[in-house]
This record gives sequence, C-alpha cells and structure tokens, in this order.
Amino acid sequence: MAGTEGITQQELNNSTGETRDETDSRKNDYLQSKVEGKALSKEEKLKLRKEKKQQKKNKKDDKGPAKEEKAKKPVPVMDGQQAQQQRAPPTSPLVTPEAPPTGEKSGKSKVELRADRRARQDVDRTSKQGKKGDRSQLASTAKTKAPPSEPQPVVKRLPEHIQADDPAVLKKVAKKLERQQIPLRSDYGSKVSLFSHLHQYSRKAPLTQQMSIPSTVIHPSIVHLGLQYSQGIIAGSNSRCIALLHAFKQVIRDYATPRNEELSRDLVNKLKPYISFLNQCRPLSASMGNAIKYIKKEISNVSSNIKEEEAKTTLQNCIDKYIEEKIHLAAKAISKSAFEKISDGDVILVYGCSSLVNYILCDAFERGRKFRVIVVDSRPRLEGRETLRRLVKKGLSCTYVLITAVSYMLPEVSKVFLGAHALLANGYVMSRVGASQIALVAKAYNVPVLVCCETYKFCERVQTDSFVSNELDDPDDLIVTRKGKTELQNWQDIPSLRLLNLVYDVTPPDFVDLVITDLGMIPCTSVPVVLRVKNVDQ
Amino acid sequence: SVMELQAVVMAAGGGSRMMDLTYSMPKPLLPVGNKPLIWYPLNLLERIGFEEVIVITTKEVQKQMHIDTKMKLEMVCIQEDADMGTADALRHIQQKIKTDILVVSCDLITDVALHEVVDLFRAHDATLSMLMSKTHEFTETVPGQKGKKKTGEQRDFVGVDSSGKRLLFMANEADLDEELVIKKSIMRKHPRMHIKTGLVDAHLYCLKKSVVDFLADNKSITSIRGELIPYLVRKQFSASTNSQKTKNDSEKNQKKTDLKTPDEDLLDLAREKSCWNDHRGDMSDAYHGGKLRCYVHIMEDGMCYRVNTLAAYIEANRLVSEQTAQVGADSIIGAACHVSEKSSIKRSTIGASSCIKEKVKITNSIIMNGVTIEEGCSIQGSVICNQAVIGRGADIKYCLVGSGQCIEAEGQYLLHLSTTVM
Repeated sequence: MAGTEGITQQELNNSTGETRDETDSRKNDYLQSKVEGKALSKEEKLKLRKEKKQQKKNKKDDKGPAKEEKAKKPVPVMDGQQAQQQRAPPTSPLVTPEAPPTGEKSGKSKVELRADRRARQDVDRTSKQGKKGDRSQLASTAKTKAPPSEPQPVVKRLPEHIQADDPAVLKKVAKKLERQQIPLRSDYGSKVSLFSHLHQYSRKAPLTQQMSIPSTVIHPSIVHLGLQYSQGIIAGSNSRCIALLHAFKQVIRDYATPRNEELSRDLVNKLKPYISFLNQCRPLSASMGNAIKYIKKEISNVSSNIKEEEAKTTLQNCIDKYIEEKIHLAAKAISKSAFEKISDGDVILVYGCSSLVNYILCDAFERGRKFRVIVVDSRPRLEGRETLRRLVKKGLSCTYVLITAVSYMLPEVSKVFLGAHALLANGYVMSRVGASQIALVAKAYNVPVLVCCETYKFCERVQTDSFVSNELDDPDDLIVTRKGKTELQNWQDIPSLRLLNLVYDVTPPDFVDLVITDLGMIPCTSVPVVLRVKNVDQ
Repeated sequence: SVMELQAVVMAAGGGSRMMDLTYSMPKPLLPVGNKPLIWYPLNLLERIGFEEVIVITTKEVQKQMHIDTKMKLEMVCIQEDADMGTADALRHIQQKIKTDILVVSCDLITDVALHEVVDLFRAHDATLSMLMSKTHEFTETVPGQKGKKKTGEQRDFVGVDSSGKRLLFMANEADLDEELVIKKSIMRKHPRMHIKTGLVDAHLYCLKKSVVDFLADNKSITSIRGELIPYLVRKQFSASTNSQKTKNDSEKNQKKTDLKTPDEDLLDLAREKSCWNDHRGDMSDAYHGGKLRCYVHIMEDGMCYRVNTLAAYIEANRLVSEQTAQVGADSIIGAACHVSEKSSIKRSTIGASSCIKEKVKITNSIIMNGVTIEEGCSIQGSVICNQAVIGRGADIKYCLVGSGQCIEAEGQYLLHLSTTVM
C-alpha cells in the first residue's frame, strides 16, 4: 500500500515538477524494491513516465488524423511510432524486447525490431529539435500517411477524340496509331473556336489514301466498313452497329490463332487496331461502343479448352443473338408499346430518319391505325427525304417540311416521335442536331414528345450541353450551288469565316415526356436505374 | 492472312497497231525512258503496296524480261500463237484466283491515285470499277507518217450518272450503225445521264471474283474490254438481273458454305436501316435495288497513257523523259553509251550500249539499244530501233528505222519508214 501511495505521490510530484530529488530517491527505493532482474535505471524509468504522459497527449492529437485512416496498415505503424516515441529516450536495446509499451507489439521479429529501432532513432533526432517540432512531425507524418490510404478521388480521363486542340494528346494518339500501323487522318478547314476541341475531317480525303492497296494490316471487310462510314453510305445508329457486327463476323471467320497464343486474348488484341481505324474514319457511336464492349467480353470469356472452330462458331452465334435480341426483338417490343400510344386520327411528327421510328409507324399502319405523318427535315443531310420515301411507299399519308416551319405545323400535331442516337446517364437524349429544337418547340405548344430508344444505346456518359462532346461533319457539305452560282466555294480564303456542320445535340429530360424502350415505357429520369440494372445483370 | 485484291498484268501479245516497232520486239519490252514498258504498271502496283502479281505473258517475253522489283512475280506463260484474248487468259488462270482481282494492261503508264478506283469498288460493293482519263492531244509529229493522222480510231461513248461515278452506258462507234440506242430502263432509273466521248480507257479494272467464275462458265467471251465490260454494263439494267438471275448466279458462283448467305443478309439489313440513298426523286431503294453495279473513275488531270500506237509511244517517251531528271534536263542516256565530242542531244532518249560519234545532232528522238550513229549525222523526231546503224552524215527527219537496219551514208530521209516488213 505504501508503494502505491508512493507512486501516486511521485507522479504528482513529477507532473508539478517539484522536489525532483525527493521523487528520485523515492523512485530509487521503489525501483530497488521492485526490480528483480529488470535492468531499468531510474532515469530510464523517469523518461518512460514522461513519454507515457506525452504519448497520452499525442494520442488525443492523433485520434483526429487516426480517425481518417481507413487502411489498417498505417495504424500499427503509428502505434509502433508511438511505442518508439516512448522508447526513444532510453536508447538501450535491452528495453525493447522486455518492455512492450502498448502491449500490441508482442512477438515482433528481429528485422521489424531493427526497423523500429532505426525509425526510433530518426524520431529521436527530430525530437531534439523541440517538442512542437516533434509533435508537428508526428502529425505531419500522420497526415502524409493518411492521404495515401484515403480512397483516391477518381481522376476521370477525358476521351481523346474531344481533345483535338491539345498537342500532347495529339502526339499520344499519333504514337498509338503509328504503333498499330494505322494512318492518322488530318483535320480539314478552320473550325469554329467553340468546337476547336473536336476533329473535323474532309470526305474527299479518305483514310485509304495513305494506306496500301490491298490492305494487309487491316482486314478487308473493316476497310470496306470504314469507307462506308466515312462516305456516309452506312449512317444511322442501328445500321452502323449491324454493319460493324457483320464485319466482326468476317474477321472472326478469317481468324486463325497463332501458335502459343490463346484465342481469348489474341483476338481482342487483333480487334484493337481495327477499332482505332474505324474511329479515325468516323467517331464511334454509343451503340457501336456498347456492341464492342459486349464482343470483347464474349471473346475473353471463351474458355481455352474448346477448339478454335467451335469457339469461332460460338462467337458468331453470340453476335447473331445480340443483334436478334437487342435490335430486332427490341424493335418489336417498342413497336408494341408505341402502338398503344398511337390513336386513330393522330397527327404524328417525326424528325430526320430513324430506323426505329420508321419501323414503329409502318407497323402501326399495318395493324390498322389511321394516322398521318409530318416529316420534318433539315439541311445539310436532308435525311427526311428517305423517311418520306419509305413511309409513302408503305402507303402512309405524309407532309414534308423543313425545320424552319416546325412552329407553323405544331398546332395540328398530336404527338412527336423522336429517335435517339444514345441516352445519357443523366436522362439527356443525344440525337441528330435539330431534335432538341423540335422538343423545345413541342414543349412550348404542349405537344407530348416520345423518344424511342433500345436499351443497348444507353450509355454511361453524362452531358448537359452539345458542346463538350459532339461530331463535326465535313464543312463542305454546307456548300450549295444554286443557278450555277456557288457562293461559298472559296470559304477557306476568307480568314474570318468558319463553317460549322454539327451532327448531334442533346435534349434535356424536361422536354421529353416518355421514353419507350424494350423494357417498357419509362420517364427520362429512370435511365440511370436501367443502366444500373443492366450492369448488375452483366 | 486474307487477301483483298490480286493483281493480274496482261502482257501477252498486243502491239498490233504499231507493228513497225513490235515486229521484232514484243510490246511489253519496248523501252520507254530506258525501261521496258511493262515496268510502268508493275511499278505502279509496287508503289501502292502490292506484294504479289500474276503476269500473263509469252515465253519470249519471259526470257528477255529482267525487272528489278521487290514484288513476287508469278509468270504464267501462254502460247504466242494461241490467239488468246484477255478474257481467255483470265479463264486460263481461274484456279489461281482466290479473291477479287485488279487487271492491268502492260502498256499503261499513269500516275493515278489508285485508291480512287479501288475505293469505289469497296464502298459500293461494286462488280466492276475501272479507270478512264481525258484524252490529250498528241503534239509530236509521228515518224514515218505522211500527212495528218487519220481518224481511224473509233470513238467510245461512255454514259455516266450525275455524280460522274456510276457507269451507265458504254458503246463503241464501231458497234453502232447510225444511232445511239439507250434503253428506257436506264432512263427511268437515271434520268440525267452525261455522255462523254473524249475519254481514254486505261484498261485497268477491278473485278469481283464472281466475274472470273462467270467467265469460266461462259467460254464465248474472249476479250475483257471488247466483250466483258460492255456486257456487265448492260447487265446492270437488264430486267432479269434485278430479280432471279442474280440468285442463280450467286448460288452458282458461291461455292462457299451457308455461312455466306446469312452474312450477306446482315449486310443488306444494315443498308436497309441506313438513311442513305444514291439517288433521289423516285421511290426506289439505294442503287434501285440492283445487285450489279459498275463504277468508273475519270481522271481530270494527271498522266494516263496507253502505249498502243506509235504516236502514244513517242508521247510517252517524251513525258517520261520530262519527268525523270537524268542527264541533262530533258534527255535520258542509257548505260554503257559512248557519246563523242561535239555531239548534241536534246529531248531524246538514248538506249544502252549505243555509240554516238562526233558532231551528231539528235533532237526529239528515241534511240534504242546498241545503235551506232556515225559522225555528222543529224537526227530529228525519229525512232531508231535496236542495233541499227546510221551511216556518216545522214540526215534523218521524222523517220522510223527498224531493228538492225542500215542507213547509208549521206542519206537524206524525210518521213521515211525503213523496216523489213514481215
């Protein structure tokens, strides 16, 4: 009992810093009475007690930064450091194995102990600079420990195709293409400054100009496809995707696994330069991107046990199944839902040429609905002419106007059907340029706008304006000759004149009343839910 | 790996319109700019990236042909007197043909960007794609020809659509009586047709493999240019093509498995869903639903010559020597030549191992290999063939001296043909 009293008194005395000699002597007595085989000197014990108190104070400081740590590793190091702090003043190695201060580091290996000792000596060196410095050092080491263990803020890398004005990115792209032996397509004409971050190519300078004939690096069907994309012979989201899958089927058919390679890995590597080539011919659409992802996944899932021929047929069947499910059956399902929305006597407004909307209208007409269609068209593509031709061929009665007349036609319109190139994750609809205007005017006239889109076109991108990511078409398409005169023939000679030929624009979800997909009729804001469900499925 | 195109060079026979030159030397070996004529199409093919070429030729040509090229030349020899047409030759090599072909004639000298022709073939999935060029007037006087060149060349009438790429109509004056007959079916589909006459056919064709297979079954077709091409152009608009016949043809020609047909269906589906059409104004689908399509690329500027007449041969030489900057700005002198002092050579080509003595004036001429020209001669606008000897002091203007001929000394010749006619 006397001993405990003695200790408490000593501690009190220590904290107050009074009558040190007395405490020392008492400590000595205590120690000598207590110690049996322990080689702790009185100074060491004093220092030990001091450090304990300091440690308690530091612990309070460190609880803050320590809470931020989620990784376990720094914590034991921290404690180790604290332990080292305690042991720092008594530098005799004898203390270490016999005095586990926090009781956590029992059973350390020699290497760890040596490391601890070294760290301890470093800390000791720094502790001589002053308590504050020491504390801050500890705190700063604690802080430097903390951020690496924090979950890194995810750094989003911008896709390369929207960084056409960054020379570093251009150099990187050029290097990559050189490695894949694909020529680099150079930009054409001066761009409007707002869109200078996008590429602008000329149709008269195809990529094949710089390639060898016959093409050896790239499979012939991919070269054909690239040419058809760049010349606009295959245009439209569904069409491009189907043509791409057809070309991939040819590639798979002609593929032979080289020795010491696995089909699952090698075929994916073979497809990479083809995709770069197609990207150079014309930027990939969202539907194509999703199809490519699917194919790559299917190829990587090919097990290495099965024979090559079997693997190839499986892959081709996968492609067929994808097209059947995602395009054909989806179109049928969407048409069925849309049929309920079309009533007799309706006046339906459509814009441009969407294969899906055409299918819906033709199907509804075949099933006996009586309605008429107003086809809205816009320069320079004038795709509405194709819609008009196909619908009239079927027997529908159509009206044809240019987009400038849309506000005159809307009072008689009962519904607007729009096709989509892609549906973005925040509910925005990416479609042909002009569709957002149609939706805007329709909203002003309180006409319902229905967007028809298959789920395979849903993409994870988020965009709120049409500037950040778009496609610039050939500016020479805007040049028109009337009565033998071509006013814009020498537009490049006028330095202050720029021609802009945009391809896509985004429509905010406030203007869209319903999205008809193969999963049903959903509001625009449910798109992220669909995406989430899709990812879970896959 | 997969081959996209196979190149075939037709180098057997020909030269019937310049017998004075070709009676002793086969046409593919005629020197132009000191290179054999066949070097030019082979060089074109090599430049654009071909690695293998099938050359159809005669044994005689194969013996004497030494072409410096990195490509692998597969020589197929046919009998010289077999009188084989170009289509017959294609039929002969049918077994070697595994894919679509690019047929080139050995006498084509051009600097065309071939991707223009091949891109039409690829992008539109065409059956035929060919090259044509605007005719250039020949300005040089042809040696040995007195008076103006007779317009024995009969015109070709070529009809293209408003884009200038689709080949709608092709007929030669020789086949027409007094009128040019155009079928109504063409006019219904293409109401605006441009008919051109001043075009040179370069004899460069991209043909689908199915055409080669078709030739194998139709032995009556002997010439590509004369019979096959007009047939294909006509067939585009034939009533039977657009319905049943193609199915039969495709079934006959495609010996591949069923894997092909569903793939084609996929491609058709992609085209159907695409919002593109090659024409407007009527209710038809793209290409009017026709499966057979012929395209032509017409060169506006650039060099494109077929060396099949003497005039063309001279023009080609002049142009090639203009383009190649070798000895002097405008002349080419071959290897191992001996040109003595005080001789002047202007705008001419001198072949290898020729010997030109002193005080010789050569202007605007073609001197072939092994020719000896004695002193004091004056040669202007002429063609002197191999191993000829021109005697001292001869004055030769606009003449053609055949192989091995001897011109006597002090001879004065103007517009003379000195050959041994066979």
